[in-house]
Amino acid sequence: MPEAATAPAHRGTDEFLLGAWQMLPLLIAVVPFALIMGALCAEKGMSPLETALMGALVFAGSSQFVAAGLWQHPIPMLAIVASTALINSRHLLMGAALAPSMGAFGRPRSYLALFFMADENWAMAMRRAAAGHLTASYYFGLSVPFYLSWVLWTTIGNLIGGVIADPKRFGFDFAFAAVFLVILLSLNKARRNLLPVAVSAAAALAAWKLLPGSAYIFVGGLAGTLAGALAWQRPSHAP
Amino acid sequence: MRLDPATLLTWLGMMAVTYGARAGGYWLVQRYALSGRVKAALEAVPMAVLTAIIAPTVLATGPAETLAAVATLVIAWRLPALAAVAGGVVTVVLLRMVMA
Repeated sequence: MPEAATAPAHRGTDEFLLGAWQMLPLLIAVVPFALIMGALCAEKGMSPLETALMGALVFAGSSQFVAAGLWQHPIPMLAIVASTALINSRHLLMGAALAPSMGAFGRPRSYLALFFMADENWAMAMRRAAAGHLTASYYFGLSVPFYLSWVLWTTIGNLIGGVIADPKRFGFDFAFAAVFLVILLSLNKARRNLLPVAVSAAAALAAWKLLPGSAYIFVGGLAGTLAGALAWQRPSHAP
Repeated sequence: MRLDPATLLTWLGMMAVTYGARAGGYWLVQRYALSGRVKAALEAVPMAVLTAIIAPTVLATGPAETLAAVATLVIAWRLPALAAVAGGVVTVVLLRMVMA
């Protein structure tokens, strides 16, 4: 019985749970980083409430680390907001790439979904979109547990302080690279175009050496995107 | 519990620019019809951004990370994603112990 072909529209609860289940490795891998983030906030004198609110309102890990690093009194507000804008400019590209797959979401739910868009759940959502159909339930299944986990574990990190020594010892840092590699591989099986990958890698490495912070993600992403645009050829109607 | 107004204001500023980026790309795509070349650019975004995120770790951090990335890809070619991620993490932990 070819179940996949005859199955009715994806059921919401099942889709949500599937998303949460497939997000599990990243949910685990993010815990030590959230604890470190919270401990760093405590060290800088932020209260647990302030730490929780930063995660809940901003929900963008690398820019939160930079903000906590810059933290002092009086607060260098302009520098923090400006570097946040720079670090998170990659989300412009990511949201634009996700948009064509959000057709089934409806507009209000799309704008809600975009609030939760981080690198990790975005990458998982793009993989699902490339493999078939992205449902809103699946997207929120990826995103809501990840969001709650980030807020919860940064707050716990603030309360208990620096108990996590080095996530590198257990390879937690590499788990993110490994997940992104696997997703990259599955996307490449669908597209078979290595030019954006090569251009992005070269530009990202150069920017990583030359520029501060995580600007290399935007630089590499933009360079690879432009390479994809330049490689496009008008479809010919010749026989 | 303590909540400093200046701190809250900073969080709101960070939220505004971050959500602006998250929603801005979507907004642009919704607003303007996509021609062939712009569509090709958008289709290149996922691979370009993912590559940029991992390039420093995979290519320029050390032999342990590069070899573990190769191991991850080899496993992912035939086995489920979870096995590939676990295999990559175990490989990097072992190689870091050996090479440290």
